[in-house]
Amino acid sequence: MSIRNDIRERFFPHMWCPGCGHGVILNAMLHAIERLGIRKNEIVMVSGIGCSSRISGYVDFHTLHTIHGRALAFATGVKLSRPELNLIVPMGDGDALAIGGNHFIHAARRNIDMTAIVMNNRIYGMTGGQYSPLSGEGILATTAPYRNIDQSFDVVSLATAAGASFVARSTTYHVQQLTDIIEKAIRHRGFSVVEVMSQCPTYFGRKNKEGGAVEMMKLMKDRTVPKDSKAAEEHPELIQRGIFVDKDVPEYCDQYARVIETARKGR
Amino acid sequence: MSSQPIKFIQGNEVCVEAALYAGLNFFAGYPITPSTEIAEHLSSRLPQAGGKFIQMEDEIASICAIIGASLTGNKVMTATSGPGFSLMQEALGYAIMAEIPSVIVNVQRGGPSTGLPTHVSQGDVNQARWGTHGDHAIICLTASNHPDIFTMTVEAFNMAETYRTPVILLFDEVVGHMREKLVMPEPGEMPIVERLRTSVKEGVDFHPYLPREDGRLPMSDFGGVHRYNVTGLVHDMWGFPSNSPQVAHGLLRHLVDKIQNNVHEIARYKTYETEDADCILVSYGSSARSALHVVENRRKRGEKLGLLELQTLWPFPHNIVRSVCARAEYVVVVEMNMGQVMEQVKLAVGSDQKVFLANRIDGVFINPTDIRNILRLIQGKGV
Ligand SMILES: Cc1ncc(C[n+]2csc(CCOP(=O)(O)OP(=O)(O)O)c2C)c(N)n1
Ligand code: SF4
Repeated sequence: MSIRNDIRERFFPHMWCPGCGHGVILNAMLHAIERLGIRKNEIVMVSGIGCSSRISGYVDFHTLHTIHGRALAFATGVKLSRPELNLIVPMGDGDALAIGGNHFIHAARRNIDMTAIVMNNRIYGMTGGQYSPLSGEGILATTAPYRNIDQSFDVVSLATAAGASFVARSTTYHVQQLTDIIEKAIRHRGFSVVEVMSQCPTYFGRKNKEGGAVEMMKLMKDRTVPKDSKAAEEHPELIQRGIFVDKDVPEYCDQYARVIETARKGR
Repeated sequence: MSSQPIKFIQGNEVCVEAALYAGLNFFAGYPITPSTEIAEHLSSRLPQAGGKFIQMEDEIASICAIIGASLTGNKVMTATSGPGFSLMQEALGYAIMAEIPSVIVNVQRGGPSTGLPTHVSQGDVNQARWGTHGDHAIICLTASNHPDIFTMTVEAFNMAETYRTPVILLFDEVVGHMREKLVMPEPGEMPIVERLRTSVKEGVDFHPYLPREDGRLPMSDFGGVHRYNVTGLVHDMWGFPSNSPQVAHGLLRHLVDKIQNNVHEIARYKTYETEDADCILVSYGSSARSALHVVENRRKRGEKLGLLELQTLWPFPHNIVRSVCARAEYVVVVEMNMGQVMEQVKLAVGSDQKVFLANRIDGVFINPTDIRNILRLIQGKGV
């Protein structure tokens, strides 16, 4: 096993709480990268701020830990200036879709080649348990003591509508599927979005009486079904997992190369 | 005689020409009056030179994108005006903390808020200095005419690369939009500073945040052979977050000292007839043009007037202002705000009594008559 080679061992043990889903996502991501056989020097990981975003400190790639919500904007600068690099952008749900919501839809619209991983624990972990745009109605949070009244985004529909050319969802319970999906997302040429339902036992679990990490992961198993399955048809209230969009759309950096060609001809 | 073409162009275009001369190859921006022409011109010029232009979804995204592109080894710039500059402040602090060479142009307009979009102001002097949070140093340059816009833009890139820091070019609406002659310098005529890159070989431990003895930090192109971490958190010499008081102290001192210790290298200014002057006007940007007109005009009539034109606003050249103004009876700061530079001039001169303000804050360009009227009041002559 060589994924050990891809981590910065001196920073372990990590800062995540026991049972936090973010470690599972790190694990799946490293296995996906191992399968793809990409060289470490060809990977740039850009993250924002939050428990999720600390993921970049633990991997031995080029890592850019930026400001809250703006990871995709930084990543756009890196990618457009060096299109040969592989950009992986892990973000918390607040990071990606509250403060970073605008950058998220515009990166999708541009179809710039990078992999956005939305680590969705439905809560703000790092600041201590406030509701996020993915918390959903009825959830308890430190800023929703009378239960949350905000509707949540559906990341898959949002990313699809904004033009992402690869959109998928999995959970920290379904590690094999998650690894497969991340592998395909990185391989995909264009903007790929992977929503990973993850658990924050410390704030979401405790507050909403969902139990510890094991119970929360079991809930993810019970509340999700494979996309287009019979179970999905019979239980439309359940959340679907799988790849929802996988299409060929002209990629931004490729298109820009054409702009340069045109500009040079005109001279 | 230069063999380069003589151009009759707008100030914003001069900034574009100078940025390209300095080696700009990546620009990200979002349109806002009165800076928009910079983005427009670069959208056609950059791809012709093989560089990249991108119009982002807002100013926050724009400055973030140029920081990313700078790290990979490019010379980068964004351009905006007041409201956009406000939006950029958090990421500006990031660029200071992570030591990313970058140039941010703010063609000032009236404020606060959306203020006077098409009118002149010099109200962002303090925002340039203190807009972002935390203690830090900043370099901020300005200019009043086309040759100087060219020079200061090239200098901004040179200083950004020398000190590994964002540099702010603080122009104003009049400077950005006025048209006058520019003689393009020959290639090679002006020195261009290239980024100091590390000589550490692949596979050898590279410390991206370990300054050399002279305070400079060699960089490695992000995405190249050295893998390291870049963060806005307090970080050690490898770029990894640290809570150690020593590391925090050392980093902040380094960030401030690398600029404050070099004020004499960074200070750019011009003096006109200051030697024997008993009244010195201190000004910058477009208002310095009116001030110069007053000096030239009144000298002919025997009044001992001089002008100190500042081109480096931050770090503020207190020593230079002090020595130039030492023997003057009056110092009159000419600016289009409520006295943002005047406060610094008072500090430099060390006396509140002899420093006066000649300003306009109504979006109308301060003209020589305005300055002359204020001078008469100060001199007790009445208007
Ligand atoms: C501009 C700005 N606003 C607010 C914060 C405070 N903050 C840090 S992380 C965070 C939210 C974290 O939640 P999420 O992105 O969902 O990630 P998680 O910690 O749950 O993994 C917030 C609000 C900040 N760092 N910067
Ligand atoms: S607070 Fe929640 S999201 Fe943050 S590390 Fe702990 S469990 Fe994970």
